[in-house]
Order: sequence, then structure tokens, then C-alpha cells
Amino acid sequence: MKNNTWTIIKKEFARFFGDRSLLFTTVIMPGLLIYLVYSLMGEGIGKMVTEGRDDVVTMRVENMPESMADVFAADSQIVVLKQAFGEEDVKRLDNKDLNEVLVRFPQGFDSLVAVYAPQSGEPAPNVEIYYNSNNNASDFVYKSTTAMLDEYEKQMSNKFDVNRVEEGSEAKFDMADEDSIGAMIWSKLLPMLIVMMLFSGTMAIAPSAIAGEKERGTIATLLVTPMRRNQLALGKIVSLGCIALLSGISSFIGIALSLPKMISGEDVDLGFNYTFNDYFAILLVIFATVLIMASAVSLLSALAKDVKSAGTMITPFMLIVMLAGLMPMFQNGTPESFTTYIIPFYNSIEVLTDIFAHKIAWTNVMICLASNVVYTGIAVWGLTKMFSSEKVMFGK
Amino acid sequence: MDEILRVEGISKTFTLSKKQQKIEGTTLRKKVAVDNLSFTANRGEIFGLLGPNGAGKTTTLRMLSTLISPDSGNAVLDGCSIVNDPEGVRSKIGFLTSELKLEDFFTPNYLFDFFSRLHQVPEEVSKVRKEQMFSRFGIDKFAEVKVKSLSTGMKQKLSLVISLVHDPEVIIFDEPTNGLDVLTARTVTDYLQELRGEGKTIILSTHIFSLVERLCDRVGIIIDGRLIACGTLDEVCDGMTLEDRFFEIFKEVKGDEQ
Repeated sequence: MKNNTWTIIKKEFARFFGDRSLLFTTVIMPGLLIYLVYSLMGEGIGKMVTEGRDDVVTMRVENMPESMADVFAADSQIVVLKQAFGEEDVKRLDNKDLNEVLVRFPQGFDSLVAVYAPQSGEPAPNVEIYYNSNNNASDFVYKSTTAMLDEYEKQMSNKFDVNRVEEGSEAKFDMADEDSIGAMIWSKLLPMLIVMMLFSGTMAIAPSAIAGEKERGTIATLLVTPMRRNQLALGKIVSLGCIALLSGISSFIGIALSLPKMISGEDVDLGFNYTFNDYFAILLVIFATVLIMASAVSLLSALAKDVKSAGTMITPFMLIVMLAGLMPMFQNGTPESFTTYIIPFYNSIEVLTDIFAHKIAWTNVMICLASNVVYTGIAVWGLTKMFSSEKVMFGK
Repeated sequence: MDEILRVEGISKTFTLSKKQQKIEGTTLRKKVAVDNLSFTANRGEIFGLLGPNGAGKTTTLRMLSTLISPDSGNAVLDGCSIVNDPEGVRSKIGFLTSELKLEDFFTPNYLFDFFSRLHQVPEEVSKVRKEQMFSRFGIDKFAEVKVKSLSTGMKQKLSLVISLVHDPEVIIFDEPTNGLDVLTARTVTDYLQELRGEGKTIILSTHIFSLVERLCDRVGIIIDGRLIACGTLDEVCDGMTLEDRFFEIFKEVKGDEQ
């Protein structure tokens, strides 16, 4: 009688892997979609940062101060014309195809600045820069000019520095190694992503495998065989867990491949520096999570009378899981309490957070694993009860 | 006579929802579907439960096949109790009703193997049996066609074959010819007689008099969940046609409310 569970698992696999469109939508598409969307987003962000950097911009400067002339001349992106401009010229800038910036210094800028005392309460000398933010090049030059002027202002009134790094020196002030900066970001981001991906994988298949069988009347055909109800329950949960795992892995690969594209251009090295031990622990936790997820979604699906109402019942539950996923973002450090690691779903999030933050504690991994196995056992028992209950199975 | 099924005082009460109350035209929350029903069936006979719609025939058969359990009473089928050993009962019966569906996605070939495995039929035995059954019902021609592409008649034949993968001793058949076209209906009734010839026991429910007259060795008349008459066809009919006798009994029970 034992291999009835295996027979059910094989049937679920045959159903799933035999259906190309189902296989595509649950396993291939999530990863592919995430990869494409994230990559495109990354490219878009990169473009926004660099756009306008290469186009030559004409810059008319009125009252060009001595002190600035060299700095402006050094910028190869701009062609500087030292000439006055009027209202007409400013108006012309609403043509967004015009790569032009107008800069007006007050007359005698250098001496005005030299005598200006901030304590006097008088308004400071003002530089006017006219540009069009809809023109990428114009916008870019405006920003770089503003930054340059700000820097000049700082230099003039420089009284002291903080954390000065001399040229050629390798002085380091942030003592967190880059590894742990990356780790912190991963540990806040990835646990939620992983859990959400696994959940959406489960959501895609479990309702049709249980509520769908009820709706189509095929579960009754299984129930008149001598198979025990608990064998059916275990078979369903294990097979759904495996398929959800595949879907989750696909999403995860999509994320892993596209994240570097997304964060390219940032200064921090977000190196994904995890050891074999870490990966092994991650895999264990994912297994445990998938089991309990398949259990929970199966229980709800068994209660529902059809696939549609199963979806409705699972949605609030998904929100709770999402909320648990967000928790690491609002907390610092590893929670001390043992109970954290026995709360279903939340324990997976916490353990994953620890692992990604390089704070793996095997005791907690094991507590999480063991408690999830226990919960799955309870769920199998519950599902068995449901399969045996004529009210749940045949109630209209 | 070798008794294979003994039903002893089984009862089943359903709680009605508001909607069901409306349909039934009643304000009562409870409906007694089967009321203290007892009968026996012997090995190698076809036993028919005859009654109008809603009399409790299907509920009785669903209890015998352990899909639902009785509120009280018991039935022992070939040594297994429906209350204490439902798995044992299920291994000995083939249950067929229109509410049991096959998954659209799979082929007859796959489904036969799948259900054979769930019934613990050894592979060699199952292979031979599949060949026999598939050619007997003409399923071999569409053995690799997914169920969703089969015609209704083909699906019904397949359901019949699937319910008998394990060559059960007792076949429980709810309204065997309901919804079948004349050709398939004939194939089914012929096959039931063939099974009886092999010494199998068949319990069927129906509201069709001619079917009982043609097939059944013994019959139980069930009205409002209670068994009103039970015996061989001759005993029950008492010299009348079955139809006349049924309406006579019906009038005795229900008065003139019809």
C-alpha cells in the first residue's frame, strides 16, 4: 500500500510535465519574465544616469569670471561662448532639441564673492543658469555645472575636512568590509523575493490540483480506490511542493542573473560571496518552506469548492506571507528568541536573512527545518481528514 | 445461497442549505435520505434498488462504496465492514456513477495503469486484463487519445473499464444506463449479465422497470429512504407486472398525494 503515495506523485508529475503550456507558464516563464523585466529596468536606469553625457552643448556665459574660465574650457562636452544674452535667447530654450545652456554671472563675480560675508544677512551673489530639463544634454550640463559651482563654493570657505583621503593613499574609514555591505542588502531583499517566488509557484498549481479535482469530479474517482486518504494527502503535498520548488528555482535564477545588471553603475561592490555551506543551508530552508507552503495552499484548496474560490481564499493568506517577508527590512540584527524560528513562514524568512547576512546559525536552521516538517505532518493529517470528510469533499 | 452483502439498518440524514430547502419545498433543516435500510445480496446475482428520484438509492450506494458514511447501522461486504474497514471494502468493489470523472488530460492507457496501481494489481495481471477489457469495449482503438478528445460514449465505456481494473467481486452501479446512448446502454447491460455469469455480484440502482425485469434476480423497492419490499422479482411482483406492482406499493405508502 505504501507506494500509493508514489503513484500519486508520479501522476501529478505526468500531469504537470506532460502539459507543455502549464510547464511553460509555471516554470519557464517566471524566470524568463523576471530576467527580462529586471534587465530592462537595469538598462533603463543606466541610460537615465548616462544619457546626455556625450552630446556637445553650446554654453553662452555672460560676465565670465577669471577664476572660472579655465574650468569651463576644460570640459570637452561644452563649447563656451563668452557673450551676453537676452530674454529672446532664454525663450529659445523651450525648443527641447536645442543643446544649449545659458549662464549669467553677476558682474565682478570674483570680487563680489571675495567681499561677501554670509553673516551680513545680504543676499549672496547669484548665478543664473537657464536650461531645458527635457533635453538630456542640456539637463546633464546643468547638473554638472551646478555641481562644479557648489564644489568651488565649498573650496572657498573650506575651514576643515572630514575623512580626507590624500591622493595615492588607501586610507579607509568605513570599516565594514564591502562583502558585508553587499550581504546586508541581499539579506534584506532576497528572503522576501525567494518566499514570494515559491509562493507564486505554489499558487499556480495547487488550486487546480486539489480544488480543480474536486470541481471536475475526478477526486471522487480516486476516493473509491482502496488507497488510504493520508497517502493521497502526502502524495499531493509532496508533488506540489516539488513543482513549486522548480518554479521558485526558475524565478531565483532569473533574479540572480538580472540583479547584477540592475545594480551596475553603483559604486558598492555587491559581490555575491556565499560559501557552499550557505548555499546548502539556503537549499534546506527552501525545501522546508516549499513543503509548508504546499501544505497550507493545499489545505485551503481542499476547503474551496472550485479553483476560483480557492484563489479568493488564498489571497489574504498570501498578503500575510508577504508581510512576513517585509519584516527583515524593519529590524536590525538577529532575533534572539527561539520562537521566531518556529513560526511558519516567518521562520524561513528569518533564517534566510541570517544566511544572507553571513550570520548563519545551524541550530536555527535545524529548528526551522524541524518545525516545518512537523507542520507539514500536521497538514497531511488535516488534508487526510478533509479527504475523508464528505462535507468537505462532496458538500455543495 | 451464498450471502456476500448484508446491509443492517443504515441511515443517513443530510442538513439542507437554504437553497436546498427551497428546491425541496420544505422548511425542515434535516432531510432523512436513507431510513434504517436493511437488505442482503447473494453472490452471483444482480440486485436492483428500484425507486423514484430522491428515494435514497444513490445515497445508499454511496454509503456502500464508502464515499460517505452512515449515521447509524452497518453493512458487511464480503467480510469487510463499511464502517470499520472502508479500505477493505473499496478493494472489493467497483463503483460506477456519473459523478465519478476521469482526468481529461490523460489517455485511457495511462488511466488504466494508474488505477491498476492504486488497486495493487500486479503488473502482468494488469497488462493482460487491459488488453482483454480494451478490446472487449473497443477502447484499444483510442487507447492513446486524451480523455478530453473522446466522445461521451467512449468516456462512459472507459469509466466502466476503469472501475473494474481490479476485477472486483462486487460491482456497484448507480443508474447504469442513465445518459447512455442506446448502443452503449446495450453494451453495458450485456456486460453486466456476462459478469453475473462469471459469478460476480452486481448491485444497481434504477428507476427503469424494464431494466429491472430484464436484468435483476432480486429487487428492493425503496421509497422515501425506506425499503418497502424486497425479494425475487416474482415474490415482489406477486403476479402483476413490476410497474403495476410498484404503483400499488407507492399508493399504499404515499396515499394519493401523487
